[in-house]
Amino acid sequence: MPENITNIAYLIAAVLFIYGLIGLTHPRTAVRGNLLGGMGMLIAVVVTLLRSGLDYELIIAGFVIGGLIGAVLAIKIEMTAMPQLVAVFNGFGGGASVLVAGAELYKEGLTGGDPGLQALIAIALSGIIGAITFWGSLVAYAKLQGVVVPDQPVRYPGEQVVKVLLLLASIVCAVMVVQDPGAMNMYWYLVIIGSVLGVLLVVAIGGADMPVVIALLNSYSGLAAAATGFVLSNNVLIIAGSLVGASGLILTNIMCKAMNRSLANVLFGGFGAIQETASADDVYGGKVKSTSPEELAMLMETASRVVVVPGYGMAVAQAQHAVRELYNLLEARGINVEFAIHPVAGRMPGHMNVLLAEADIPYDKLIEMDDINPTMQQVDIAIVLGANDVVNPIARTDNSPISGMPIIDVDKAKTVIVVKRSLSPGFAGIPNPLFAADNALMLFGDGKKVMQETVNAIKEA
Amino acid sequence: MDFVASLTIFVLAIFVGFEIITKVPPTLHTPLMSGSNAISGITIVGAIIATGLSIHEGLDAVTVMGYSLTNILGFLAVVFATINVVGGFMVTHRMLEMFKRKD
Repeated sequence: MPENITNIAYLIAAVLFIYGLIGLTHPRTAVRGNLLGGMGMLIAVVVTLLRSGLDYELIIAGFVIGGLIGAVLAIKIEMTAMPQLVAVFNGFGGGASVLVAGAELYKEGLTGGDPGLQALIAIALSGIIGAITFWGSLVAYAKLQGVVVPDQPVRYPGEQVVKVLLLLASIVCAVMVVQDPGAMNMYWYLVIIGSVLGVLLVVAIGGADMPVVIALLNSYSGLAAAATGFVLSNNVLIIAGSLVGASGLILTNIMCKAMNRSLANVLFGGFGAIQETASADDVYGGKVKSTSPEELAMLMETASRVVVVPGYGMAVAQAQHAVRELYNLLEARGINVEFAIHPVAGRMPGHMNVLLAEADIPYDKLIEMDDINPTMQQVDIAIVLGANDVVNPIARTDNSPISGMPIIDVDKAKTVIVVKRSLSPGFAGIPNPLFAADNALMLFGDGKKVMQETVNAIKEA
Repeated sequence: MDFVASLTIFVLAIFVGFEIITKVPPTLHTPLMSGSNAISGITIVGAIIATGLSIHEGLDAVTVMGYSLTNILGFLAVVFATINVVGGFMVTHRMLEMFKRKD
């Protein structure tokens, strides 16, 4: 196939990717958008296969193995485990870039070709960004899944020095790859250093900061693909990679803003700069009132507007279907039920929305924080379900680890019901004065069980 | 293709990306991540070429069953990228169907 035609087909693929992303700007057009993106990918793959001189055996074997693994993962995955899956997919994207850049370097070394300065720099970048993405994503997966690596940040003295030294070492390796493309070993040293760096960067980050990390790794997987595009001088890789890179950066930025923290603080700082906060006893001592599902059912009888604020606890308890039952029951009685979604609730951007969509809650009932806060005074009952730091009013004061973080103003509702197993603190490690507020009632127990009991109590009443 | 042309495309595509993605509502942020991730599987194009080209013929290269290191690295990249593409588009479709359906 003539090169011009191939390149025009790649252009069509790139346009379809852009149309696909435009489709994702509304739930109604999103399915079609995703299909357009898939079609773009199919076109790109087919025209690549039509290049002359390709031996298909190994390619087809790769398609079959990768396709089977991908399809099984996509079909089998539980919606609550979606953050893990996205983490793994990010990692595979980065891994593919490392391998393609390595293959290209080896080819040039073997045939005695000169890739040129641009391609060599791009090869080094693909190697390092790809390796960080691959291993960082695997560690993020392990943290989310709760295997091998602890959910808590792993910190040790001198950790920043270690990371800076590794970064310097990787730059030295990169320079050596560029100077002597024939020395394939140097590329692998670069990849190994990138791998260690990827692991160290992500082990140092706690579970609740995962939305930022996953968004950032998403961006890296795109940038690695774009770097590979520079290696191969291939526009469709550059365009697709930079679209994804931009997307990940925007999400990273949104997540950081929603915690009022800088990216550097999430990656290198962590919570705990200001430790002197009130102790749990001072905050809660004798002021916490608890309630029961039966009492909640009685309160519902006089309510006309109910808002549910879900958090990671809802995902852990798999409570979304029980919540849906409550939603159906209340809506049938003419009570307006809405869901207030904090941007960093859960373990990845949009995590709560996916779980509630899975439970058949219409998307127009999922309200963003900034839209629901001004009307919080008119809410009769706010149910906090497995969320903690994102509703902690102490964020409005100075000198707390979460000062300045935007929160959902549930404390302004007439009554707040906090569904939680105990008074234990959230990720920020600080007590929540909301639990001791005059208008707040604690409903201790497992989220799913409590929701089901409330549904039963309402039915019986 | 010269470097400045590639760089121009890169920078312009980033701007296009920013313009579009800022319009994606938070409710679709998870499908956005999985869907854009599938798109970053475009590396498959480079992987296919590396896997299929017999560049080592007549050269003194180490081969395994007639395949050079480039072919083998390419093959692994095809597997990774195919997981990314197939899994990414499928799981995104699965999620978006849930958002589409209404009572």
